[in-house]
Amino acid sequence: MAKLNLNRVEMPRQDPRKRGKNFNEVALGYSPEQAQEEAGRCIQCKKRNCVAGCPVEVDIPDFIQAIRDGDMPEAVRILKSKNALPGICGRVCPQESQCEETCTLAKKEAPIAIGRLERFVADWERGNVPQAASSPPARPRPSGKKVAVVGSGPAGLTAAADLARLGHGVTIFEALHVAGGVLMYGIPEFRLPKEIVQAEVEFVASLGARIELDSVVGKLATLDEILANGYDAVFLGTGAGLPMFLNINGENLNGIYSANEFLTRVNLMKAYKFPEYDTPVKVGKKVAVVGGGNVAMDSARCALRLGADDVYIIYRRSEVELPARREEVENAQEEGIQFKLLTNPKQFLGNEQNWVVGAECYEMELGEPDDSGRRRPVVKKGSEFVIDVDEVIVALGTRPNPLIASTTVGLETTKYGTVVADEETGKTVKDKVWAGGDIVTGSTTVISAMGAGKRAAASIDEYLRG
Amino acid sequence: MYKILEREDLVPGIHLFKMAAPAVAAKAQAGQFVVVRIDERGERIPLTIADWDKDEGTVTIVFMEVGATTARLALLEKGDAIADFVGPLGVPAEIDNYGTVVCVAGGVGAAPVAPVARALKDAGNKIITILGARSQDLLFWEDVLKGVSDRLIVTTDDGSYGRKGVVTGPLKELLESGDKIDRVVAIGPVVMMKFCSLTTAPFGVKTIVSLNPIMVDGTGMCGCCRVSVDGETKFACVDGPDFDGHKVDWELLAARQRIYIDEEKCAYEEWRKSHAA
Ligand SMILES: Cc1cc2nc3c(=O)[nH]c(=O)nc-3n(C[C@H](O)[C@H](O)[C@H](O)COP(=O)(O)OP(=O)(O)OC[C@H]3O[C@@H](n4cnc5c(N)ncnc54)[C@H](O)[C@@H]3O)c2cc1C
Ligand code: FES
Repeated sequence: MAKLNLNRVEMPRQDPRKRGKNFNEVALGYSPEQAQEEAGRCIQCKKRNCVAGCPVEVDIPDFIQAIRDGDMPEAVRILKSKNALPGICGRVCPQESQCEETCTLAKKEAPIAIGRLERFVADWERGNVPQAASSPPARPRPSGKKVAVVGSGPAGLTAAADLARLGHGVTIFEALHVAGGVLMYGIPEFRLPKEIVQAEVEFVASLGARIELDSVVGKLATLDEILANGYDAVFLGTGAGLPMFLNINGENLNGIYSANEFLTRVNLMKAYKFPEYDTPVKVGKKVAVVGGGNVAMDSARCALRLGADDVYIIYRRSEVELPARREEVENAQEEGIQFKLLTNPKQFLGNEQNWVVGAECYEMELGEPDDSGRRRPVVKKGSEFVIDVDEVIVALGTRPNPLIASTTVGLETTKYGTVVADEETGKTVKDKVWAGGDIVTGSTTVISAMGAGKRAAASIDEYLRG
Repeated sequence: MYKILEREDLVPGIHLFKMAAPAVAAKAQAGQFVVVRIDERGERIPLTIADWDKDEGTVTIVFMEVGATTARLALLEKGDAIADFVGPLGVPAEIDNYGTVVCVAGGVGAAPVAPVARALKDAGNKIITILGARSQDLLFWEDVLKGVSDRLIVTTDDGSYGRKGVVTGPLKELLESGDKIDRVVAIGPVVMMKFCSLTTAPFGVKTIVSLNPIMVDGTGMCGCCRVSVDGETKFACVDGPDFDGHKVDWELLAARQRIYIDEEKCAYEEWRKSHAA
């Protein structure tokens, strides 16, 4: 057996000092030589642990072998047969806790950089294959069945792609003016260029899915009306878009945003190009972001790029509990984001014009483990102190928007507002209705939403063929 | 794209568009609004639905030029189209037979009041409408409101037409007259809705206002539109836009409407420069 190569090939990134001032992509991707070198490290295990670690079961060793053979079209084919959105997944999946965690070489602390290779293949296709040639194989025979997909985030796009490939007539209803969900309005350009998202949305459309934008289901048409209008099944992939607030004093002061609003202004509406684009966003000098997940990191790094001098992450637990992807925490640290850990806001202070001027915080300490297994943060008595700020972004998490559940007869929801659906099939208790992604699980990951979309599509297909 | 089928300049700075939007028209109800975006670079702004026709598949909006977006909108002609027209959003106005309802319209508020007054009248209410404007040349839809009201009182701040003064004058007289007033609906600028609410409060007459905070999506996903009602934070786009005027925190609403004052000035200047060039 050849000697194991444990030198994981690093991916070039923009210099931290430069990138803190622009919205261009931070990670620059492998060169063909780097991709070859990294692919060359794969030992092509018989037992494919990596595939088991992938929620959509991409044939990882096969596409890596194709890269090695220099057969890029084959690599694209293998990847896209399981994953309609590889350019996205290669960039935002938490590979460290999925395929790369189960990679055999992870035991030697040098797992194959599967995410970077996936990204490389997707980018190669965009750069090298003319649109026409990349169009999918001939359309299957129409099944004569119609499926409505509500929401065009990763769950909806994946379900739509699979259902269209199976010959069903698919219409996606999307509330916003572009398709992509969180990929468009939440995750910033410097982490996931919008051009890539749109290319992958177009791929799904090219499979035969029709996309109806500006269509707020529950308002323009209720779910029951859609069913009455001749759709044979519905997949709900409307995500968890309702922002949560701290519910403390001063939270409605000017300059305090939910992360959803801040990121929507910046990413979806392109406020970072104001006034070329019409949507404004406040550019704070001292910005506090409350929360420790990907959403908090993205908000902090956007605020920095808009021109803030000081950006703080205020998080009530310690560094090890930060729920964000490790890579994004490191990126944020490198760019100069200041972490105020074991800190929690008590209230926000405002001036006479109703603008926020300070965040009064408690110091926290970790107590006994709670239900989640993480140690519970507790307030240190008398530890209040004030951080001067002129902008606050609250990134505490989101819940499903009640709009659909509240206008639909017979859909079961939990006390968190999530829709109850079978884990394996996505079937809800309502006839002809499936659901998957953040609407069922609460906010999780792109790939788990895609996995749910995939499983639901299979179950819907089975039902339609009945 | 959504086509402008008709355009009417109601008074200087206030325009009416009749839009082709059959799906929205099919579902529209009094008190609801749409979110509009002109083109790729445009921002999303909410506009209250002023009228609709299910058979024709049209929805009418009326807007006042107050910033870069509305100024850009005002340049569009019949036959042009805008990128997005999302709706109908918000909770429809509460319609029931209350008895006598006073509808108060201030400035551009004349447009959104009309469908509410009409629906209330159809439900059997006696409608007294007070229509106020700064001066005669800013007054519009007197005829429309007359058509949906049992009685119409017009006021102008400068006395150039109708009664001189603001809308709260006749409102107070009606409340003091001893005639039974069962409900008041006030739509217009924040100050006007606030003072209408202050006027009715001592009489204990339920007063419904239609709030107009800054919005982005209009579907409850951003919280930009949050208002405080009875000490509780509400999202105006999904919990409203109608609220009990006696419970609204008016100072907060007014302050939050000023968040982007500097940016709006900057955008307006940019737009004027580029438009002149
Ligand atoms: C800022 C941010 C950063 C993140 N970073 C990462 C990351 O690095 N890696 C990762 O794996 N995950 C990340 N996530 C989480 C991930 O994006 C989500 O888990 C995933 O997008 C969920 O997919 P979904 O399809 O269920 O829903 P969404 O992506 O939320 O899509 C739902 C779609 O439905 C539409 N919709 C909602 N209501 C209606 C309605 N009534 N009618 C019609 N359409 C409707 C919405 O407009 C939206 O387009 C991040 C999330 C955020 C907010
Ligand atoms: S406008 Fe975004 S929540 Fe109301």
